[in-house]
Amino acid sequence: MSCESCISDWILLKKAFPILGVLTAILLAYAFYQALWVAPTEQTMGSVQRIFYYHVPSAIIGFMLFFINFGASIFYLIKRNPAADMVALVTAEVGVVFLTVNLVTGPIWARPVWGIWWTWDMRLTSTLVLWLIYVSYLFLRRFSSSGETPLLAAALAVLGALCVPFVYFSIWFFRTQHPQPVMGGGGSIDPRMLHVLLINWLAFSCFAFLVCWARYRLEQLQREVDAAYAMESLRDPRRST
Amino acid sequence: MISANPYLFAAYAATWIIHIGYLMTIVRRYARLKREIEEMRKAGVRP
Amino acid sequence: MSAPTGITRVTLLKDLRLEWRSKDAINSMLFFSLLVVIVFSFSFDPSAEESRQIAGGLVWVAFLFAAVVALNQTWAREIRNQVLDAYRVSPAPANSLFIAKVLGNFIFVSVLEALMTPLFIMFYRLRALGPAWQLALVAVLGTWALVVNGTFFAAMSLRTRSREIMLPLLLFPISIPALLAMVQATTAILGGEGARFWIMLLATYDLVFTTVCLLLFETVLNAE
Repeated sequence: MSCESCISDWILLKKAFPILGVLTAILLAYAFYQALWVAPTEQTMGSVQRIFYYHVPSAIIGFMLFFINFGASIFYLIKRNPAADMVALVTAEVGVVFLTVNLVTGPIWARPVWGIWWTWDMRLTSTLVLWLIYVSYLFLRRFSSSGETPLLAAALAVLGALCVPFVYFSIWFFRTQHPQPVMGGGGSIDPRMLHVLLINWLAFSCFAFLVCWARYRLEQLQREVDAAYAMESLRDPRRST
Repeated sequence: MISANPYLFAAYAATWIIHIGYLMTIVRRYARLKREIEEMRKAGVRP
Repeated sequence: MSAPTGITRVTLLKDLRLEWRSKDAINSMLFFSLLVVIVFSFSFDPSAEESRQIAGGLVWVAFLFAAVVALNQTWAREIRNQVLDAYRVSPAPANSLFIAKVLGNFIFVSVLEALMTPLFIMFYRLRALGPAWQLALVAVLGTWALVVNGTFFAAMSLRTRSREIMLPLLLFPISIPALLAMVQATTAILGGEGARFWIMLLATYDLVFTTVCLLLFETVLNAE
């Protein structure tokens, strides 16, 4: 581990991260205020509709992260760059967290509006399948005892990402044959609501970025420690890890 | 102005519980790692 | 182009011969297929009208279980005899081995399906009101979808702890679009409609995933 990199790392972390953290917290608080107080109340659903401002950005950010995971995985398959592998791992984990939020807020919203906890509607179902695919990716990461786990995981990520259009097409056609109420409403959206939605999306995107950064740093540190242990046991086999 | 809707509260609370929960796992692992590095330094291993 | 296909043929024949010789494996799989159909018949009363409506789904879930057991089983033998290492050092291209393995598994699973299908037809009094030839097409495309991904993930699971549970964990989520297609197509055909969209979806799925698995298999095989 070179000293120059860890010093500049340290400076970046110590200075930039807390500043960005505070800014993001302020942005999140502002977005929260906008969602609960400023946004107009929806006619048919009432205040419950405000869940929308947390439900939708979570999905968008989750998909964005999985897209980055796809890119990073392909990059790793081609270049075998360890940083790309870490980006893939981090974006998958944080993406799963955001999609979990989406999948939890969905039923909480559905219950008062439609009277049921779950409906196999197009969006919820697709999100669920995507969530399953990336959870299986995380399981592979956790359970793989191969030294080439990043490679296997990258292959799985590519397959998972390729599956996404099929997920959408199959569920779309299934729904046209067996129509059900669409969650979250279709059609046009009030521009004031769109404004609040965008603010929340921006706030949560910044939050996601910081969480990914923190997780990335953790992973980096973890790998350095593991490498040090490995080196140590090579040099002195009597030392147990 | 919001009316006190329990579902709305539950959704927002669930969101933050999930996010904070995940952040806590990162913080805890980080603390454990820092402790490990300290022990390694004391044992003379260069991380 | 004769070398890769030659290798494929040789590997495939070897696998088939091994399966045929190890009658234990075949017998246990046959009995397993019978058990699955009977358990399903007890769980989902065949005389109920609803059961006949969901028969398409039942059949494919049964096939899915059979496929997972078969897939786990075929790679297990390879590991026992360290065949995988031999594959890795052989000059044979990984693609040929993959295709051979997929074909072998496909044949194996198809045999199981061919045995379970008459039982299902008998127990559930199934009748295809729609174009029955499409059922055969769905069976082929659907089985291929399960087997091509299953063989790939089985190879991936070799280097994991809890190997046997890893295969379904990886296979099921990615197979969901194909499963939906298989079940919906079968239900539609049994119910008297055509299933053109679902068949096209399955064919596209098979094409895309076979190609990508072929491209990535060498990477997976060589991963230590």
